[in-house]
Amino acid sequence: MSNIFPKSANKLPLQIVIYLVVLVGLATAGVTYYMTPKYTRVGYAPVQPVPYSHALHVGQLGLDCRYCHSNIEQSGYANLPTAQTCMNCHSMVKKDSPLLAVVRKSYETGESVPWVQIHQTPDYVYFNHAVHVNRGVSCVECHGKINEMEVVSHQKSLSMGFCLDCHRNPEAHVREKADIFNLDSPTIATKSGTEAGVKFVHDWKIKPPQSCTGCHR
Amino acid sequence: MRNVYLVTFFIAVLIVSVFGLRGRHFTQPPIEVFPEWAFPGMKHQPKYKPQSESKFFADGRTDRPIPANTVSRTELRTDDELYLGKAADGSWLRGFPKSITVDAQLMARGHERFSIYCAPCHGALGDGNGITKQYGMGATPTYHDTRLREIAEGEIFNTITHGKTNMLPYADKVTPHDRWAIILYVRSLQRAQNGTVADVPADHRSELGLK
Ligand code: HEC
Ligand code: HEC
Ligand code: HEC
Ligand code: HEC
Ligand code: HEC
Ligand code: HEC
Repeated sequence: MSNIFPKSANKLPLQIVIYLVVLVGLATAGVTYYMTPKYTRVGYAPVQPVPYSHALHVGQLGLDCRYCHSNIEQSGYANLPTAQTCMNCHSMVKKDSPLLAVVRKSYETGESVPWVQIHQTPDYVYFNHAVHVNRGVSCVECHGKINEMEVVSHQKSLSMGFCLDCHRNPEAHVREKADIFNLDSPTIATKSGTEAGVKFVHDWKIKPPQSCTGCHR
Repeated sequence: MRNVYLVTFFIAVLIVSVFGLRGRHFTQPPIEVFPEWAFPGMKHQPKYKPQSESKFFADGRTDRPIPANTVSRTELRTDDELYLGKAADGSWLRGFPKSITVDAQLMARGHERFSIYCAPCHGALGDGNGITKQYGMGATPTYHDTRLREIAEGEIFNTITHGKTNMLPYADKVTPHDRWAIILYVRSLQRAQNGTVADVPADHRSELGLK
C-alpha cells in the first residue's frame, strides 16, 4: 500500500495554525488601520459652494474666528456666518467676483448658502463648543491649523478615544484665555511647564466629564 | 505553503494600494463602518439641529424666522436708552444709558469686542487704516475728525445696530451691552489720539519719558 499523504503532510496542521495566526494578525492590523476614524474621517474636505479660504481670511487678513463663528462663546453649536457677514467686506472688495455669486444671491434673496458640514459627531454624542472654548480649550486642539487651510479638512479623528485623551489629562492641552482664538499659540504646559498646566486646571476647577453620561446623555 | 503566503502578501499589497494610506484628502462623505441600514442605532436621530436642512419647511431650513409682530419671552425691549440709543425726548442719547455701569471691566470688554468686529476695517487705533484698506476699502473713515468726536454716543449705537451707507449692521453679532462697551472704547481711542502732555498726571510723566 502506497502512502496517500506525503511525509510533509505531518507538518501541515502546525503550518495551518501558524498561517491562521498571521492572517488574524493582518486582519486586525487592517481593521484598526482602515476601519477607525483616523482613516475614515481624517482628510475629509468636501467641495464647498464658495471657495472660501481660511488661510486668506484668518491667516493673512487676521480676522478673529468670532467675526464669523460669532456665537461660539454662548452656544454649543458653532454657527456658520450669514451671507451679510461676507458682504460686510465683499460689497466693496471683489464685489463682482464670480466666485462670490452664491453669496450675493443669498444676500439678496435670503436663501441659504449650501455649505457642506465637515465635522460631525454621531447624534448619540453630546458636544458643546462654549464649554470648551470658555474653559481654555483652543480650536486647534480639535480642528487643527484652520488658519493655514485653503480648504477646511477634517484633521483630528474626533473619536471617543480622542475626546477622552484630553478629558483624562486636560493640563497638557489648556491655554490662557487670550490664546484660545490664536491657533499658533502654545499651550500653558509647553510655555511654562507641566506644573503651570496643573495649577491652571486646579485654579479654574476644570473637571471634564469621564463618565459615560457626560457625553452620552 | 510558500504560494499561500505569496497570495496573502499580494492581497495585502492590493488592499493598501486600493485604500491608500491615512491622511489623504477626499471629497466624498466619510464611510460609515457600521452603516445605519445594517446596524440601526442612534447615529442619525430624526431631530432638528441648528443650521441644518429640513425636508418639511418650504425654504428647506430647520431654523425658523421669528413670526411678524411677535416678541420672544425676555426679549421685550422697552428701555429706549439701552436698546435704541435714544434719550427720553427722542434725540440721540449723550453719555451712557442708566442701566450700564461704566467701569474698567466694560472698557476691557469693549477693547476685546472692538478688536474682533471693528478693527479689521477701522484699525486698532480707530484711524480707519485697518487691514482691509490695503485691499481697496477706502471708504472707512477715521474716528478722529471733529464730527465723529462730537457725535452723540446714541448715534454711534445706531450706526452699529443699523449700519450706515457702506457699513452694514452688526446687530446680529454684537449684543446691546457689548455695543455700549465698544462705544466706550471708541471714546477712549478718540481721547487718546487727541491727548496732550497735560492729560498725564504729573507723577506718571517720567515713566513715559515726558517732561
Ligand atoms: C470670514 C469668516 C470666517 C472666519 C473669520 C472664520 N471662519 Fe471658519 N468658516 C467660515 C465659513 C464660511 C465656513 C464654511 C465653509 C468651509 O467649510 O470652508 C467655515 C468653516 C469652518 C469649519 C468647518 C465647519 C464644519 O463644517 O465642520 C471650522 C472647523 C472652522 N470654520 C473654524 C474656524 C476657526 C478655528 C477660525 C478662526 C481661526 C475660523 N473658522 C474663522 C467662515 C469663517
Ligand atoms: C474683513 C473683510 C472680509 C470678510 C468679512 C470676508 N472677506 Fe472674503 N476677501 C476679503 C479680501 C480682502 C479678499 C482678497 C481680495 C484680494 O485678494 O484682492 C477676499 C477674497 C475672497 C475670495 C476670493 C475672491 C476672488 O475672486 O479671488 C472669496 C471666494 C471670498 N473672499 C469669500 C468670502 C466669504 C464666503 C466670506 C464670508 C464668510 C468672506 N469672504 C468674508 C475680505 C473679506
Ligand atoms: C473640544 C473639541 C473642539 C473645539 C475646542 C472646537 N471644536 Fe468645533 N467642532 C468640534 C466637534 C466635535 C464638531 C462637530 C459637532 C457636531 O456634530 O455638530 C465641531 C464642529 C464645528 C463647526 C461646524 C458647526 C457645528 O457646530 O457643528 C464649526 C464652524 C466649528 N466647529 C468651529 C470651531 C471654532 C471656530 C472653534 C474655536 C473657537 C472650535 N470649533 C473649537 C470640536 C471642537
Ligand atoms: C483638548 C481637550 C478636550 C478635548 C479634545 C475634548 N474636551 Fe470636552 N472638555 C474639555 C474641558 C477642559 C472641559 C471643561 C470642563 C469644565 O468646565 O470643568 C470639557 C467639558 C466637556 C463636557 C461637559 C459639558 C458640560 O456641560 O458639563 C462635555 C459633554 C464634553 N467636554 C464633551 C466632549 C466631546 C464629545 C469631545 C470629543 C469630540 C470632547 N469633549 C473633546 C476638554 C476637552
Ligand atoms: C468625552 C466624551 C465621552 C465619554 C465620557 C464617553 N463617550 Fe462614548 N463616545 C464618545 C464619542 C465622541 C463617540 C463617537 C465616536 C465616533 O463616532 O467615532 C462615542 C461612541 C460610543 C459608542 C459607539 C461606538 C460605535 O462606534 O458605535 C459606544 C458604545 C460608547 N461611546 C460607549 C461609551 C461608554 C460605555 C462610556 C462610559 C464608560 C462612554 N462611551 C463615555 C464620547 C464619549
Ligand atoms: C467691513 C468694514 C467695517 C467694519 C468691520 C466696521 N465698519 Fe464702521 N464703517 C465702515 C465704513 C465703510 C464706514 C463709512 C460709512 C459711510 O459713511 O459710507 C463706516 C463708518 C463708521 C462710523 C461713522 C458713522 C458716521 O456717522 O459717519 C462709525 C461710528 C463706525 N463705522 C463704527 C464702527 C464700529 C463701532 C464697528 C464695530 C462694531 C465698525 N464700525 C465696524 C466700515 C466698517
